[in-house]
Amino acid sequence: MNPTRTTPDQLSVPPDGRPYHDQPQWRNDFPIDWPQDELVARRDFTKFLVLTSFAFVVGQLWIVFENFMRRRRGQPPVKLIARANALPVGGSLVFEYPAQHDICILVRTGPQHYVAFNQKCTHLSCAVIPQVEQKRFFCPCHNGAFDLESGVPIAGPPRRPLERILLEIRDGDLYAIGRQVHA
Amino acid sequence: MKRAFSRQQKMTIVFGILSIVVMIVVLQLWLLTATMNAFLAEQERVIVPAAIASIICLALNMGLLSYIYRMERR
Repeated sequence: MNPTRTTPDQLSVPPDGRPYHDQPQWRNDFPIDWPQDELVARRDFTKFLVLTSFAFVVGQLWIVFENFMRRRRGQPPVKLIARANALPVGGSLVFEYPAQHDICILVRTGPQHYVAFNQKCTHLSCAVIPQVEQKRFFCPCHNGAFDLESGVPIAGPPRRPLERILLEIRDGDLYAIGRQVHA
Repeated sequence: MKRAFSRQQKMTIVFGILSIVVMIVVLQLWLLTATMNAFLAEQERVIVPAAIASIICLALNMGLLSYIYRMERR
């Protein structure tokens, strides 16, 4: 035992709890102050958790920044998609809106009725497939499904509806005029 | 003059603080996921209050951590 440690509070306790004379020689040669070690380990773990807490705050501020930038961008532009009668009833067409690589899908559900949604599944961003006969958009990744007319989730893991693309027919042409997101 | 804590007492205090910090961090994780969900659904009302709440949580955590260091210096 280390002779300089006299008070019980300062004793270095081996992890198995046996007295020092029952401990192997190497433990006597290299004593470890286990209570102090435990205290430092818990303190450092608390420090690590505070760093994690800081990372969460950075994440929150990033969301605030992204939201600010999104508001600054405003409404997306009006964009021509196709001739309205170019699509047969029950047919679908993929287009990009509002920017390149924002893939959306237009479906003609009736002679005078069209719907368009962002093709990204709101669960994990897989591309949804229109299944007009079953009146739904189907996500093959996790068997998610959305209502064809409203885009609300009806099956599987998605909890948020698909982003709707607002449409307008002008002189027989179909235009995308904005986007609408519902909670 | 403040009395120095014994090792046993320090250990108890550190465990108590650690438990509180764990709970606050879990709360922040929940806040972050809920805020991200709201952001993607364009529910903008909750974004700034959630960020403020998270900053308050961080301040609490930092206060608790600084207490541990101050306690060890005694």
